[in-house]
Amino acid sequence: MSSFWEVLSATLVKDIRLEWRSKDALNAMLFFSLLVVVIFVFSFDPLAEESRHIVGGLVWVAFLFAAVVALNQTWARELRNQVLDAYRVSPAPANALFMAKSVGNFLFVSVLEALMTPLFIVFYNLHVLGPAWQLVPLALLGTWALVVNGTFFAAMSVRTRSREIMLPLLLFPISIPAVLGMVAGTTAVLTGENSAHFYIVLLLTYDVVFTTASLALFGTILHAE
Amino acid sequence: MKRLYPILSIVTVALLGYALYQALVIAPTDALQGDVYRIIYYHVPSAWTAFLLFFINFVASVRYLAGSKASTEMAVKWIAIFIGVVGFIAPFLPPVRAKIPAGMEPSAVATTIVLIPVFYFLVGKWFPGDKLDVLALTSAEVGVVFCTIVLVTGPLWARPVWGIWWAPGDIRLTSTLVMWLIYVSYLVLRRFSNSAQTQMLAAALAVFGALDVPLVYLSIWFFRTQHPQPVIGGGGQMDPRMLHVLLFSWMAFLLFGFLVCWSRFRLELLKREVEQAHAMESLVGAEASSNTSLPLSRSAR
Repeated sequence: MSSFWEVLSATLVKDIRLEWRSKDALNAMLFFSLLVVVIFVFSFDPLAEESRHIVGGLVWVAFLFAAVVALNQTWARELRNQVLDAYRVSPAPANALFMAKSVGNFLFVSVLEALMTPLFIVFYNLHVLGPAWQLVPLALLGTWALVVNGTFFAAMSVRTRSREIMLPLLLFPISIPAVLGMVAGTTAVLTGENSAHFYIVLLLTYDVVFTTASLALFGTILHAE
Repeated sequence: MKRLYPILSIVTVALLGYALYQALVIAPTDALQGDVYRIIYYHVPSAWTAFLLFFINFVASVRYLAGSKASTEMAVKWIAIFIGVVGFIAPFLPPVRAKIPAGMEPSAVATTIVLIPVFYFLVGKWFPGDKLDVLALTSAEVGVVFCTIVLVTGPLWARPVWGIWWAPGDIRLTSTLVMWLIYVSYLVLRRFSNSAQTQMLAAALAVFGALDVPLVYLSIWFFRTQHPQPVIGGGGQMDPRMLHVLLFSWMAFLLFGFLVCWSRFRLELLKREVEQAHAMESLVGAEASSNTSLPLSRSAR
């Protein structure tokens, strides 16, 4: 077990250090989601009343697209100098590597969300009518749902031709229930019309199911010949 | 087996023709909807066939993944047996029995659940090794075709009856559409992946897709459904003459689906044999291959 945590923390610290020095993924994600926000503002230009109903969808679509940018880099980075092959021949537990990558992506996407949310509030004149604290579990569970599947499918798509385009094609259909939960839950909190409890439970279920499935299958994917 | 194919084709064409005749002429006209409802005889059998094929894809993929390691195979085997035993006993226990919808017999539910592990073991026995992967690919491809028929005939019927082509947020419509998307992405992955690892990656994706379907269903639980209740076990009443035509139609569709799967299965096997033969040829070298014929197997000649 100790080797699991050692590999996990070593990989995670390495990824964070790389990101801290280059800021490649974070900059790309930030600018990308900023563009999405601006384009949405131009194309909808809603009133405050309307915006409460649609902004849940806009926020999560922007984050979903931006997350793909980071997820695409997560394994592609390991292809250089055959790092991924080294992982495969090493006795390090595959799941530690997977968890490190997922946690790393979770942190990057969370930072992005923390930076972008104020922008959404400013552009759309948002004023939350429901219990605002529920947005925190929604965001955390929703981000984990995107990231855990995204990391898994990124490991898959890195093995295919034209891998950049492959990731969204695999990730989006599977993510539909999670995205639906996030959007409907966020809209419920923003408008205060109904409870978001159901969606939080749904996202929790989704996270548990797919984290388990990813951990069970990641070793097979990594070692597939 | 080869002689069976043309016979089965003729039987299928005859059955499909007779099913069409029954659907258009013999089946009584619906009191509320008129003749529009007759599309049900194509819509519902296609849906059942598609779901069955997706289920086969799931079982074959699990079996393929399980076969990669002896310990996994053992674990999955015991899980399948566990599901069978629990599924056989549970529907008869009073607390579970109360939750089974009216119109469904507990014995029918128990039999259906027991069939899952039985099916799992039979698939493993009949389709050893790489044939499992070919089965998964075939069932996904044909399933997507049938699912497309469902998604096209549905709106054609909905427009005159509901007044809209598509009801966004409807539980049945949305879950079928998402299922279709998932299996299309499965086929896209198979198309884009490098040959060696495709089978393992695709099997993993199929398992993820199958896990996703109940969650899709759960996520749209809140929305009311406009879709008519299920024909069997939904508590609704259907004219026995209509039900008879529907079941006959399903039989014809099942046979048709089986036939298409069979040809696709053989085609894929042949394709892989040819690919292997080409690989062998390039390994052996041009000199050796000019003297000897390709090491094709009996079925490819």
